[in-house]
Amino acid sequence: MGEVKLMKGNEALAEAMIRAGADGYFGYPITPQSEVLEYLAKESDKCIIKRTGMVVLQAESEVSAINMIYGGAAAGKRVMTTSSSPGMSLMQEGISYIAGAELPCLLANVSRGGPGLGTIQPSQSDYFQSCKGGGHGDYHMIVLAPSSVQEMVDFVKLGFELAEKYRTPAMILADGAIGQMMEKVELFDQMPRRTEFPEWAANGKPKDGPSRFVTSLNIKPELMEIINERLQAKYKEIAKNETLFETQNLDDAEYIFTGFGMGARICNKAMELARAKGYKVGTIRPKTIWPFPYDIYANVAKKVKGILDVEFNAGQMVEDVRLAVNGTCPVEFYGRMGGMIPSPEEIIEKFEEYFINGGK
Amino acid sequence: MSDIVCPENLVYKKPSTLKDAIMHYCPGCGHGVVHKLMMEVVEEMGIQNDIIGITPVGCSVFAYNYMDIDMEQAAHGRACALGTAVKRLYPEKYVFTYQGDGDLAAIGTCETMHAANRGEKMLTIFINNGIYGMTSGQMAPTTLEGAKTTTSPYGRDVETMGYPLRISELIANLPGVAYVTRQAVNTPANVRKCKKALKTALEYQKQGLGYCMVEVVSNCPSNNKCTPLEANKFVEEQMLPFYKLGDIKVPEGK
Repeated sequence: MGEVKLMKGNEALAEAMIRAGADGYFGYPITPQSEVLEYLAKESDKCIIKRTGMVVLQAESEVSAINMIYGGAAAGKRVMTTSSSPGMSLMQEGISYIAGAELPCLLANVSRGGPGLGTIQPSQSDYFQSCKGGGHGDYHMIVLAPSSVQEMVDFVKLGFELAEKYRTPAMILADGAIGQMMEKVELFDQMPRRTEFPEWAANGKPKDGPSRFVTSLNIKPELMEIINERLQAKYKEIAKNETLFETQNLDDAEYIFTGFGMGARICNKAMELARAKGYKVGTIRPKTIWPFPYDIYANVAKKVKGILDVEFNAGQMVEDVRLAVNGTCPVEFYGRMGGMIPSPEEIIEKFEEYFINGGK
Repeated sequence: MSDIVCPENLVYKKPSTLKDAIMHYCPGCGHGVVHKLMMEVVEEMGIQNDIIGITPVGCSVFAYNYMDIDMEQAAHGRACALGTAVKRLYPEKYVFTYQGDGDLAAIGTCETMHAANRGEKMLTIFINNGIYGMTSGQMAPTTLEGAKTTTSPYGRDVETMGYPLRISELIANLPGVAYVTRQAVNTPANVRKCKKALKTALEYQKQGLGYCMVEVVSNCPSNNKCTPLEANKFVEEQMLPFYKLGDIKVPEGK
């Protein structure tokens, strides 16, 4: 059993980054994720983490931070940045380049309500931006959606592993609530920093091999199409191998509550309330929201009377749920926006309104 | 032929650090010259395996096709951010960015100023030809007052379009900056001086003195719609009176 601590989500994520053997962190302060950089700074001396030698640098902007990630990843190092919604918007150009150049790195969006400057309260309104390619061009990144402080730790390790396995950016899409709340976490032991680097990494021409260059550019459309086809094949492979979800009480379920991250956690509470009232409700929670677990929804839809999707937004993941279900059963949506969080009681009320009392 | 092509008759050769590739640059363009100078310096210092270059977006986006060293190709303007990370993660290696005036002095001003201000121990080669080359002749931040471009067709009006920007003088004011010099490649004498400046900057990097910038006032025959000779004359007569050559900042005691 690893070390157990009571930690804030953002600090647990920062501690996990050090323990995952990261080589560098480049970030810019923004609420509600500033504790990440603050925690790392406290662990540092002259911008170096004392325990491991990891580089920590406060960039001049999110634009610069994501391009530092690009530079570090292209040189073969394990690098990570974190931000919150407005800052993630600024990073989209860089993420597109990183996906195009096929570089592994880990990002975390401790998201807040938008659009615009919006609010600093928790929101899930960056689902589309994270899962559907927020920057230009046809690309995806692996998106992990934690619903506890424990998963803020576990997904750092998993995120780096997946990013490096597939040479692709990965993101932890959390929200301000998970970033700010404190929970008991079990930390994994310190992993060593790498001493050997991938053969594609541009970190000084090898004495016995050709020079390397990292680019997302290919001016010839015939070749750029081939690169795109390779990317799409990789995304298919990721979807086949790495889709993660969890379910509760599906065996006798007549209805499903579903959501991601904190939304899923509230759905589980709402399920308990519903069961106490005699409704046979189960839950589905995607742990990867890209790749999205379409199959579980398609299968469950054949057996249940309806699905209620709950999110802290105007209805984003519900589009994927509906794609999966493809009309097999009714799918209804309930969401709160702008930093507001739905309560389990509200969910029950909506569930009864939609499915028990004969619809809207 | 074999009695002519022999080592003792060799007066010039391309450095081994430059690939055998035909450059895409227009005839007379300064990029090819600066590429060659940098690669000569890398060869002479014996650092081909210890240097990482960052290429920009602009005419020199394909520099990695010519320089036989490890390179990363940045997004427009962001070279100094990439360079910062590479140097921080590999402090024992040499790092340089190679950027044009649009890349460095317009879209990338923020990244450049802050890398310089943090005193990142790397070199920026700043090619200033006063015009956007790759997108075919638009006004650059460095375009001279009154100069005609496709986006200042009646000449750059400084009251409405701003003034030509002397980045090197700005950067030189920052305490983290060790060495700033302005060079040119329009004459053989200037080419030799430029090479010396590049070597000096890399030596300062090795000594960990701080951020270094070598600005090279260059030309653009294609977009200024003139011959290579006329383009070099333009550099001499129009650019250099405004962009004065020489060291702007040198490390203390050097």
